[in-house]
Amino acid sequence: MNKSSAGLIVVLAALVALPFFYREPYHLHILVLILIWSFAYTSWSMMGRFGLVSLGHGGFMGIGAYVTALLWNHLGLSPWLGIPLAMLAAGALALVVGYPCFRFRITGHYFVLVTLALSGIVLQIITATRDYTGGSLGYTPRRATSGNNLLALQFDDKTTWYLIALVVWLFGLFMWRRIDRSMSRYALEAISEDEDAAAAAGVNVTAEKLKITLISALMTALAGALYCQYQMFISPDTVSGIAVSLQMVFAAIVGGIYVSLGPTVGAIITILLAETLRIAFGTRAVGWDNLIYGVLLVVFIIFLPQGILGSLLERLKVRRKPF
Amino acid sequence: MQGFLDIFDIYLLEAVINGILLGGVLALLALGLNLIFGVIDVTWICYAELVMIGMYAMYFLVQFYGVSYFIAAPLTILLVAALGALLHYLVIAPLLTAPPINQLLATGGVLFVLQSFATVAFGIDFRNLGIRLPVLVLGDMNFSYARLLSFAAALFGMIAVYLFMTRTFTGTAIRAISQDRQIMALMGVDTRRIYLITSALGGALAGLAACLLVLQYDVHPFVGLSFGPITFLICVLGGLGNFIGGFIASFVFAEIIALGGLFSDLEWGYVFAFGFFIVMMFIRPAGLLSRRR
Repeated sequence: MNKSSAGLIVVLAALVALPFFYREPYHLHILVLILIWSFAYTSWSMMGRFGLVSLGHGGFMGIGAYVTALLWNHLGLSPWLGIPLAMLAAGALALVVGYPCFRFRITGHYFVLVTLALSGIVLQIITATRDYTGGSLGYTPRRATSGNNLLALQFDDKTTWYLIALVVWLFGLFMWRRIDRSMSRYALEAISEDEDAAAAAGVNVTAEKLKITLISALMTALAGALYCQYQMFISPDTVSGIAVSLQMVFAAIVGGIYVSLGPTVGAIITILLAETLRIAFGTRAVGWDNLIYGVLLVVFIIFLPQGILGSLLERLKVRRKPF
Repeated sequence: MQGFLDIFDIYLLEAVINGILLGGVLALLALGLNLIFGVIDVTWICYAELVMIGMYAMYFLVQFYGVSYFIAAPLTILLVAALGALLHYLVIAPLLTAPPINQLLATGGVLFVLQSFATVAFGIDFRNLGIRLPVLVLGDMNFSYARLLSFAAALFGMIAVYLFMTRTFTGTAIRAISQDRQIMALMGVDTRRIYLITSALGGALAGLAACLLVLQYDVHPFVGLSFGPITFLICVLGGLGNFIGGFIASFVFAEIIALGGLFSDLEWGYVFAFGFFIVMMFIRPAGLLSRRR
C-alpha cells in the first residue's frame, strides 16, 4: 500500500514536471489532446461500464463547446461562467432525455437509439442555427488579447494547457474512484445485471441511473468546453454528432471500460494511431484512420470485449492467483 | 387577406402531401430496420450507411457504366442484399450470444468502416445521378415525379414484403422465429438460414430505399447521417420490431418534418420531430401502439 502510494506520487510529480523539462510543442500538443479526450472517454465509461451505453455523448460535448463559445462571443461572458452554464445546459438535456428513459425502463437497444438520435439532433440544431453557430463551417471563440488571458481562458503556451488538462484528467480519475467506492456502484451493477431484481431489493433504479447519467453528461460537457478553449475552433463534426459519440465508444472499448485507466489507454492508442497515419500519409490519410478504427472496433468487440488494458490486467491477475 | 389565406393553404396542402410522399420512403427504411430487429433481435446502427453504399452503387452504375436506371436498380438491390447477408455472417453471427450492446456497437464499427470506405474510395464530393425528373404541377402545387415514384415504389416494396411474410413458408418461418427464438429451432427450422435470409431481405429494403433516395438527394459519404437518426427515432416511436407502429410513425414524423420545413428550415423540422419524440416518450414509452403499463 505504502509502496504503491509512493509510486503514485512519483508518477504524479513526473507528470506535473514534464512540461518544464520537455518543451517540444508538437508532442505537448498531442499530450494535451490525449488528456482532454481521455477525460471525455472516462466520462463516457462511467455510464458505459454499467451497461448504460450512450451514443448521445457527442451531443453533450457539442453543447459544452458551443454554449461556452456562444456565450463568450455574443454576451462577452467569461468561460469561467460560461463553462458551468454550458455544463448545466448539458445536464438539463441529460435529465430531460434520461428521465423518461429510466422512468419507463427504456434500456438496451432502445436507450442506445434514443441517445443516438439525441446526438444527431444536437448536430442538426447546431447546423440549423448557422446564423449564430457558423453551421458546418465551424466556429471560433473571439480572441481576447494575444498571449495569455486568464479571464478569457485563452492561453498561447502549451505548458499551461498541459497543466489544466492534467488537472481535469486527474479530476476525472478521482470521480471514477469515488464512484467505484460508493454504494451507487453496487446499485448500478445490480441494475445492469437485472433491473427488476435490483428494484425489488430496494434500489431506486431511476434515481441511480439519473445520477450517473448527470455526472457523465456534466463531465463530457466540460471536456467539450475545454477542447473548444484549447483548439479555439470547433465544428459540428469534431465536437458533436454520431461520429464523435462512436469515437468515444470505440476508444473506451479498445482501452477497456471496466478499469479506471482503460479509457486513457484507449485515447493514447486512438490519437497516436490517427496522428501517425496523418504524418505518414498526409491528406491522403483522410478516412483511413476511421476505417482502421471501425475494423478494430468490430474485431475488439468480437474477440476482446474487455479492452486492451482490461484484458492485460485480467491476465496478470490470473497469473498471480492461479486458482 | 383572403388571398393570403388561399396561398397559405395551398402551401400547407403541398407540404402535407410532400410529407406523405417522404413518409413512404421513411416507412421503407423503418421496415427494414424493424425486420432485422424483430427477427434477429439486433439493431443495425449502420443501416443508413448500407443505403449510402447503395446510392453510390446506383451513381456509378448509371453515371459511369451507362446502365439504365431500371436495370441498375435491381443490381443495386441485389448488391445491398448481399452486403446485408455478409454483415450478418461476418459481424452479427459471431456475436449472437454476446450482450446485445456489443452487437450494436459492432455494427457501429461497421458504420465507421462503411463511411470511411466511401471517403477513401469515392472522396467527399457530393455526387448526383444527373437524372432530373419533371415536376408535376397540380393547380398551384408542385410535386416532383421523383417523390411520387419513390412513394409508389416504397409502397410496392412494403406490399411485396408483406406478401412474402404471409404467403411463403420462409416468410412464415421468419414470423415464427420473431415470436419465439428457441422453440423454432426445436421445430426443425434452421435459424441460421432464416437469419441470413432476413438480413438479406433487410439489405434489399435498404437497397430499394437507396435507389429511391438517389433520385432526390446527392450522395456523399455522410449522407447516412442525415436520415439515419430519424429512422431510429421512427423505429423507437413505433416500437422496435413493430411493423405497423413503424409504418404509422414514419408518416407522423414525415409530416412533422415537412410542416416544420414549411415554416422554417428543414433542420428545424428535425428539431421539432425530436421534441415531439421526447414528449411521446413520456406518454407512450414502449411505442405508439403499445398499451400503457
